[in-house]
Amino acid sequence: MKAFAFAAGVVLATGAVAETPQLTVYTYDSFVPDWGPGPQVEAAFEETCGCDLNLVAVGDGASLLARLRLEGERSDADVVLGLDTNLIQSARETGLFAPHDVDAEFDLPVAWDDPVFVPFDWGYFAFVKDAGLEAPGNFRALGDSDLKIVIQDPRSSTPGLGLLMWVKAAYGDEAPEIWEGLADNIVTVTKGWSEAYGLFLDGEADMVLSYTTSPAYHLIAEEDDSKAAVPFDEGHYMQVEVAAKLAGSDQPELADAFLRFMVTDAFQSIIPTTNWMYPAVMPEGGLPEGFETLIAPERALLLPSEEVPALREEALDEWQRALSQ
Amino acid sequence: MALTIEGLRLRQEGFGFAADLEVTEGARVAVIGPSGAGKSTLLAAIAGFLAPESGRILWQGRDITHAPPGARPVAILFQDNNLFPHLSVAQNVGLGIRPDLKLSAAQRAQVEDALERVGLAGMGARRPGTLSGGQQSRAALARVLVQDRPVVLLDEPFSALGPALRNEMLDLMATLLGGTGATLLLVSHDPADARRIAEQTILVAEGVAHPPRETGALFDDPPEVLRDYLG
Amino acid sequence: MAARAQPVARVWPGIGAAAVVAALILGTLAAVALRAEAGRGLSPSDWAALRFTVMQAALSAVFSVVLAVPVARALARRAFAGRQAFITLLGAPFILPVIVAVLGLLAVFGRRGVLNAGLEALGMPAVQIYGLFGVVLAHVFLNLPLAVRLILQGWQTIPAERFRLAASLDFGPGDMWRVLERPMLLRMVPGAAAVIFAICLSSFAVVLTLGGGPRATTVELAIYHAFRFDFDLGRAALLSCLQIAVAGAAALIALRLSGQGGFGAGMGRPVRRWDARGAGFRAMDAAFIGAAALFLIVPLAMVLRDGIEGLGQMPADVWRAAGYSIGVALVSTVLMLSLALPMAVASARWQGLEAAGLMGIAASPLVMGTGLFIIVYPFADPGAWALAVTALVNAVMSLPFALRVLAPAARDCIADYGRLSASLGLRGRHWLRLVLLPRLRRPLGFAAGLAAALSMGDLGVIALFSDPERATLPLQMYRLMGSYRTEAASGAGLLLLALTLAVFWGFDKAGRYGADD
Repeated sequence: MKAFAFAAGVVLATGAVAETPQLTVYTYDSFVPDWGPGPQVEAAFEETCGCDLNLVAVGDGASLLARLRLEGERSDADVVLGLDTNLIQSARETGLFAPHDVDAEFDLPVAWDDPVFVPFDWGYFAFVKDAGLEAPGNFRALGDSDLKIVIQDPRSSTPGLGLLMWVKAAYGDEAPEIWEGLADNIVTVTKGWSEAYGLFLDGEADMVLSYTTSPAYHLIAEEDDSKAAVPFDEGHYMQVEVAAKLAGSDQPELADAFLRFMVTDAFQSIIPTTNWMYPAVMPEGGLPEGFETLIAPERALLLPSEEVPALREEALDEWQRALSQ
Repeated sequence: MALTIEGLRLRQEGFGFAADLEVTEGARVAVIGPSGAGKSTLLAAIAGFLAPESGRILWQGRDITHAPPGARPVAILFQDNNLFPHLSVAQNVGLGIRPDLKLSAAQRAQVEDALERVGLAGMGARRPGTLSGGQQSRAALARVLVQDRPVVLLDEPFSALGPALRNEMLDLMATLLGGTGATLLLVSHDPADARRIAEQTILVAEGVAHPPRETGALFDDPPEVLRDYLG
Repeated sequence: MAARAQPVARVWPGIGAAAVVAALILGTLAAVALRAEAGRGLSPSDWAALRFTVMQAALSAVFSVVLAVPVARALARRAFAGRQAFITLLGAPFILPVIVAVLGLLAVFGRRGVLNAGLEALGMPAVQIYGLFGVVLAHVFLNLPLAVRLILQGWQTIPAERFRLAASLDFGPGDMWRVLERPMLLRMVPGAAAVIFAICLSSFAVVLTLGGGPRATTVELAIYHAFRFDFDLGRAALLSCLQIAVAGAAALIALRLSGQGGFGAGMGRPVRRWDARGAGFRAMDAAFIGAAALFLIVPLAMVLRDGIEGLGQMPADVWRAAGYSIGVALVSTVLMLSLALPMAVASARWQGLEAAGLMGIAASPLVMGTGLFIIVYPFADPGAWALAVTALVNAVMSLPFALRVLAPAARDCIADYGRLSASLGLRGRHWLRLVLLPRLRRPLGFAAGLAAALSMGDLGVIALFSDPERATLPLQMYRLMGSYRTEAASGAGLLLLALTLAVFWGFDKAGRYGADD
């Protein structure tokens, strides 16, 4: 009898495998490792969807979009997760994405009503320093100081581009001046966030461009309270990370289901201690202990996504000129 | 029936070479002349390493002008590099029987026999690097024996040996190959070598190989180019 | 000798292999160009990138060679315990994964590095590694050993008899320099410099990490940027053409200048010398060798120090990645050899084939990888082909170095034994099995080791194709760095270093084992 039950189970299980639809989600590298949100998100979604969630890591935010453009309409991806506000306009112009049907109360410092891109987390860019360090309170003061900073290259990294937009949003036409002031503070410009942060941890710079939430990682995961973010009085630029459904998806219902799942507690409660960002929709349990120690910027800066591509060209030019002298 | 070279013309690095001659089957012929005159070129043409511009090479009336070197009735010994240093002596000899070295028991016995005849019995397992110069020459000779080709070309193979050893090798070769009835062409720059083993001599001078003449007669009454060379 | 085809060695497989290489490089370039939408063409900053590329490569080549001369001279005229070990060590930085080398250099020359700690204790100003200085420093670190080996080879081409003659004529070091050494250097140095210049032209990872800003942008880096936010494939293709033109020309010049000399394989004992016996000369040579050893060893020691702590913290993924990396390295080695061997053989008749192989130095791995992606995508899941594509691109990238070693050896083998083989009817695969492969054991082992090591440390194309289940070790290390896990990343760096040296050593040893001359 037991044997029969076992055999039946096997038959049912194999039957189920054959029928299980697969949802392919393209995301960035740091989403998928054991210590990232990926495994927990996958387990939680598969519990309810009756599907197989296939997370495919393709570099970082910028390579994510490049990869989709390379694959075009034939892409296997059903959902892309990990673009940010600075990439939204370029992404929209590809025409590869379809509107979502998510209806949620987002806990963002800005209003959100994009028909295509759904936020899943967000953060403020900030310079991170050793807690004891006396740090300047804005870009001008930073430029006047002798402190050394590491930043990311806006030509290859989303935080780098974020910093470019931050300076642009805060200073507009005075941005070139700010960059000229910063030029002698910048130790190096790295390809991506990881190299920059690594250099900072190795003591190569006094401060690194990262997020206000970065100290939470050290505090919670390493019980180390020696890192702190620096509040800037001109305000902090935001990064809102979004997901969207591909128009060419062969699993549109599942893709919609995933986007709806993304704004539920099950997904959102995973984010703070794996992706080290603020959840887009506050989970019922609130933020984990430790997040209350983070700085809360008084002003949130964010340029409208439609303006980003044109501003980016201009800002990149200014940046290159200021740092090439 | 013989080795016939008809109106052979070839060009090598701007240097022209011509030969029109016949060597009787079974003859032992010395090839002599100033360096750079084309002695090695003659052998290379017969062995198939150089393609002629015109003319034919025939063996027993059969045209071999365009046959690949391995398919010619020819075995050759060079000045050096006659043995592969990474193969054993027995393997080096065995290549003369089958180039893929898949030898039957009988063929292996044939290799042993050849080694014994050149005085290298029991040395088959050694690498050429462990042999003396004279022993290396003997090993190469053993391969010529198992190759069993009707024409044997010797391009100064013993020139690195001392005089006594060289004479010993020439005699050994003459004895061993004499038994097979092979036709022998020996390049040398030493008239003594020619007198020692060759009844006929081909004079090569200024890019022309002349037909063979009786060795004794040639040296007794040398033409002018040979006189200049002999000094 | 301008003889006709040596019948033992057929040329067409080599020409076929060269055609495959050319098709890979040019075909992928074409695939990228055809896929491009209208872009904005080359901008002033791209031309600035070209200028910087040439300048940093020239500086790197000059410094590598200028510093290599006294070290090579010291090695050529001094016998000391550990000389052979030191020369072996000189091979290490060249095969070092760049990402690991940079870690080591930062630990020494970085702001918190050993050097600056020392300078600070002495009350001296700190050195700043980022920028042109750092880029050139890293390139000298990676290429000085190659320069030393190439120039040392030059010293060893001077026959021992010349030195005996010089001694009997009572030459002092000055006479020795004028009569023997300077003419040799004039022959060797331009070639060595050109090789290093060509290698540094397509530098990517070093400039990426140590460049320090938009000033230090190389062409390869500009290609990378074109693929990112801009997604300007047309510009990437244009830049790649520019790179092939410049680096290809440099590589051809290098090939011309460096002549038939191999690639630093096989270093004999020092020739007995009678000059430069004074204590001053001894001290000078000791200082040069000591300084070179410090410069090369200390950064590696730092990688070891930092890595050992991290080894215990590495997640299981790292070990799996190490397995994939070894697999990729082995496949890449096999692919490289199956391209290089026929090309080396055919180069005996057609030296131009070696030049075709040199295109690997000039090609952009990013363009090649993207082109393969575009080509593969309609037929298969590029993720599934990620490792295969990585192995293939790595094979093409290591081909120039392998050919440099294999082509002269194959030419020698054919020159020495071609006629003998032909007269014995030894040809085709029997010739391959009985003659060529055994004769080429050492250079084959060396070339295979080089290819495996270079592939092992490469973090190029894999990032374009990667899927989480099959990351290579450098990618996994990079991901650890990206997840606030610096210590585990250092551990992975050490593992990568150890495996890279191990695969090189294994192949090289296998090539030497039982090779009797």
